[in-house]
Amino acid sequence: MKKIDRQVADTHGLPRKNGELVFQAPWQGRAFGLAVVLNEKGAYPWDEFRAGLVEEIAKGEPEYYESWLNALESLLLDRALVTRDEVERRAAEYKSLERDPVF
Amino acid sequence: MTHDHHGHGHDGHHPEAPSDVEARVLALESLLIEKGLLKSSDVDEVISAFEHDIGPMIGAKVVARAWVDPAYRERLLRSGSEAVRELGFDYPASTQLVVLENKPGVHNAIVCTLCSCYPWPVLGLPPVWYKSAPYRSRMVSEPRAVLEEFGLRLPAGVAVNVWDSSSDLRYMVLPERPEGAEGWTEEQLAAIVTRDCMIGVAQPKVTENAAAR
Repeated sequence: MKKIDRQVADTHGLPRKNGELVFQAPWQGRAFGLAVVLNEKGAYPWDEFRAGLVEEIAKGEPEYYESWLNALESLLLDRALVTRDEVERRAAEYKSLERDPVF
Repeated sequence: MTHDHHGHGHDGHHPEAPSDVEARVLALESLLIEKGLLKSSDVDEVISAFEHDIGPMIGAKVVARAWVDPAYRERLLRSGSEAVRELGFDYPASTQLVVLENKPGVHNAIVCTLCSCYPWPVLGLPPVWYKSAPYRSRMVSEPRAVLEEFGLRLPAGVAVNVWDSSSDLRYMVLPERPEGAEGWTEEQLAAIVTRDCMIGVAQPKVTENAAAR
């Protein structure tokens, strides 16, 4: 079993039930996992992701993982790991079912 | 050997267009994979390490209650979503849960042939293999062979019904209560109901561990 990173586990506002993390839909789990894996692989320090997340939450997005996804996307764009153009194009391919939306 | 495929036609079925957030997550993940920054399995590992099987636990509690309470069992088979809510768990109104009863001579299993519809409110996030193309196609074309690969060999006289999930209709299997679990508490019973049992690729096993709880 993989070890849990305390720094990640202590991140502000992670939705929990009886102390355990809960995802209300598969995409939330994916968004969570992407941010954690990229940090583990050294793409950015966790503090940087967390700072962006806090900023996004402050904007008042109703759903925690939407803030999470916004923070992740901005960080990836800032660090030029992806470009806005390719993300938008790819997302459109999923929306139009040109690509199989399998979670 | 019988094999009934209860689809509901392919019109009306998935793949349904993902929501905006879903499409963005899919886009990011696929791009990051292409750039060699991560693998899908890395993400799966992180999720399962952090998510302590909250999902399957709900399904297991529902099954255990149905085993000890015949009236609840009836309600569960009549309306899965309602019966899940009755135990104090959330079940979204957007999809309907249909519970499939295994009984002597009938074994049920679930699949989503076109994408990865899964009863996640009761079973948590789907396992990687559930989303794989081979499972999605072979579970329909040769269910017995697939079940054997999972270690589940069913007698020839048992009918295997494979149910194809969709976005508004999700299935969950109600396994048969195994012999040797007489007089067990609901908690002991829930402990032997695994995710795979409720997908229909396994059957609950009576273990000494669970009996000693």
